[in-house]
Amino acid sequence: MNSREITGQISKAADFLNLKKWDYGASFSNDYSVQVDKGEAKQLKVSQKQILTLRVWNESNLVGITTTSDISESGIKKALNQANIASDFGNKNERTEFSPLAKDHIEVKDAKKRNPVGIKKLLTLLREAEVKLLKSHESIKSVPYNSLSESFYERVYANSDGAFRSYTKSQAVLYLYARAEEKNKKPRSSGSVKLGYGVEDLDIESCIKDACNKTISHLNYSSIQTDKYLICFSPESFLTIINAFSSMFNARSILDGVSLSNKNSIGEKLTTEALNIYDDGLHEKNISSSPFDGEGTPTKRLCLINKGRIENFIHSESTARIFKTMPTGHAGLGSKVSVSPDWIVVEKSEENSDLKTLLDHSTYGGEFVYIEELNAIHAGVRASQGSFSLPFDGWHYKNGKKISIESATVAGDIKYLLKNIVNIESSQEVTTSGISPHIWVDELSITGDA
Amino acid sequence: MLSSQIKSNEIVFGSCNKDLLEEIIFYGIGLGADFIEIFIENTDNSSVLAEEDFITSVSPSFGKGAGIRIFKDKKDGFVSTNDLTKHGLIRSVSQAIEMLEIKENNKREVFNGLDEFRDYSLSKKKWINEVPSIHEISEKLLLSTKSLKKNNKIITRKGSYSRNLQEVIIASSDGTYVSDIRLHQTVGLNVIASDAQYRSSGSRRFGSSGIPNEFGLWDHEQAANDVFESSMNMLYADYVDAGQMPVVLANKFGGVIFHEACGHLLETTQIERGTTPFENKLNEKIAHESVTAIDEGISEGSFGSLSVDDEGMEPEKSVLIKDGILKKFISDRAGELRTGHQRTGSGRRQNYSFAAASRMRNTYIAQGEHSKEDLINSISDGLYCKSMGGGSVGATGQFNFAVEEGYLIKNGKLTNPVKGATLIGEAKEVMPKISMCGNDLELAPGFCGSISGSVNVTVGQPHIKVDSITVGGR
Repeated sequence: MNSREITGQISKAADFLNLKKWDYGASFSNDYSVQVDKGEAKQLKVSQKQILTLRVWNESNLVGITTTSDISESGIKKALNQANIASDFGNKNERTEFSPLAKDHIEVKDAKKRNPVGIKKLLTLLREAEVKLLKSHESIKSVPYNSLSESFYERVYANSDGAFRSYTKSQAVLYLYARAEEKNKKPRSSGSVKLGYGVEDLDIESCIKDACNKTISHLNYSSIQTDKYLICFSPESFLTIINAFSSMFNARSILDGVSLSNKNSIGEKLTTEALNIYDDGLHEKNISSSPFDGEGTPTKRLCLINKGRIENFIHSESTARIFKTMPTGHAGLGSKVSVSPDWIVVEKSEENSDLKTLLDHSTYGGEFVYIEELNAIHAGVRASQGSFSLPFDGWHYKNGKKISIESATVAGDIKYLLKNIVNIESSQEVTTSGISPHIWVDELSITGDA
Repeated sequence: MLSSQIKSNEIVFGSCNKDLLEEIIFYGIGLGADFIEIFIENTDNSSVLAEEDFITSVSPSFGKGAGIRIFKDKKDGFVSTNDLTKHGLIRSVSQAIEMLEIKENNKREVFNGLDEFRDYSLSKKKWINEVPSIHEISEKLLLSTKSLKKNNKIITRKGSYSRNLQEVIIASSDGTYVSDIRLHQTVGLNVIASDAQYRSSGSRRFGSSGIPNEFGLWDHEQAANDVFESSMNMLYADYVDAGQMPVVLANKFGGVIFHEACGHLLETTQIERGTTPFENKLNEKIAHESVTAIDEGISEGSFGSLSVDDEGMEPEKSVLIKDGILKKFISDRAGELRTGHQRTGSGRRQNYSFAAASRMRNTYIAQGEHSKEDLINSISDGLYCKSMGGGSVGATGQFNFAVEEGYLIKNGKLTNPVKGATLIGEAKEVMPKISMCGNDLELAPGFCGSISGSVNVTVGQPHIKVDSITVGGR
């Protein structure tokens, strides 16, 4: 069945069961992936998957939900029945409705959908990449984690009010994670990820080069004294920290009491006037962009921080209604609808005269710690309390020299971090989770082994 | 029922599928596969969330699917599909054969048909009717969140329940033919406390396998008291000072460090990747002589227990480390094939869309002779980690774990609560520093995410003392 036929099937089954109001989200995917081990195929994988999430509203306008992988006629009837039963336990305290924007025009970008190249080609390309990476430096002994995959999927949203949206996409991902060893030194590992619409769009050479450079550059390392340091966040690491604390901009988190913000925080000054932050799921560099969210609301660019102040929260249909605003295109589809950011864009605003522009990661001669990549986010971030303590890969710059830091964590408070931004470099870099320049922060605690 | 009585063109749960499964396996072996395994599952799950004094989410879900794995020499092809018809399964086998580029095979493997059916599900078919209803779950969760409302500093109260019922059929070309039903239930409580600029949180999770009425036995009052007390103790706590110091790790979930930092390095998948420092250390000392560590899948009702693993093997009790000496690795079929370590009944996967891999089950450090007080009294200046948060381990073995509830130890006594602590180290350096083990072993349920998805496990240990470890703080 195609998505139109499934919609018709659901409509027919709902009529049969006398269910007047329903909506659904569905995903249909075909994934192909390969892994190699020293030139040999290790695991080759193909997956065909379908998943359907159905919501129904009962006569008291309470919502019930069911998720199923069975899209046969009987499977759909069973799912509708289960959802109807679950609706007896629907949340009476916070109602859910269709998004008022579910039938609005959506901006469909050039989909750039590619055709599958197939497992054989994936395997050949990954084998070649592994060989090149192993040959790129004598200390690289293995590539223990590697994968090349391509995915083809369709996402659908439809409801009993006549809304129907769907889009199809393709995506390819190359992941190379190398391990380097030298005598009398600890092994060091690092890697690189590249995304594209299809395999032909992947910059394989630069993935190999990045994985090699990042791994080898950390071979000579030293422990760092536990102390407070001037910090330069790489674009990737700053985006990691902003995403980890995105509950500050999340209306769902505010209503749930797990955000540092509250309903009245719009306009609150969080950081330097020199900082703007947007959520821009439709950005041309976002390979994983989606034109609508789980409730069918169109995706759009939204300013979260404007000249240092909170400008907007991200919303679902129900949070928007409670906040007396419109949905922003950030909803999932669930019994309790989740809200999450798409793709963060960080930039320097026009009000940037107070920045210490001499702080540039490529030229600054003083002492500082460069945080290349933050790790263990799920363990080290307490979003509801604003604190973090995270291991990182990075560099200690001192006396004009830089040395890789053996093992260390950076700890602090997100509000302190944002208030103590002292420079935002001019040049932005594209990462897999968004766009950001290098960001400098005065004084964060580093715990090292020394 | 005789298999010949059913000639189905689709897998039917609760019926005999022998003819169809044998036909599919014959087809793959005939095309030149060395080995074929078919894993089929049917799931019926539900979850309920209570927030403050309301049920805010009830989410049932169900699904069916198959994962087909074919080995040729030491490589494998894996195909997963929602299509359980004969046509769909044959197509999946063909795809796997094509992926592996199996064209001709002079040394064709012999398939003699499936062995006698081992049905582990017989006594479990009634479970679906014995698990609590959504109504019962909702009532008890609301009682539990009400119990958390002990003062006005508690600003967020949550109770959550999750039930996973999984029916599996496993058949492979070595004759394996089994069926099982697995039931896992978890319930958790979370609070956030706030007073002016101070904030703290507390959480506890409980879980079991194969005990339908476990939720009814859950003491929600005691759980609520425990979570409330923890959040209050930490509300006004100062940040810990960073540095090297001795620590005492509490029992139960304290075992998460052993699981993450050492247990994963003893899985054969790590040997295959060359990422474990213990690869060539069998029968060598890798830990302090006070350390004996076990991984098993047989403790009745424990969250990581299994009647049979996802490759059709009954789980064994594996002594991984005995008195500090490395004795065994945790192995699955691919691990045995690629590393030579015998299978331990540890082939596990989240669901049909993952190939099984060597994974931990119930993993713990065995208890010693000391009391908790002995351990604390032996430290003049250190940290007591009463409750651990999550953590992670890097590809070269470095670990990082958050301490959810910690107290300073001064002159052998527990003193002030401290927050913001993380434990940082490397397994091969920390294991020899576990110098004392308490006599109070307890297990705690958890979820472990790795190469074959998220699986149910238990972690555990008695109170243990680590002579020196890096504590991250402010």
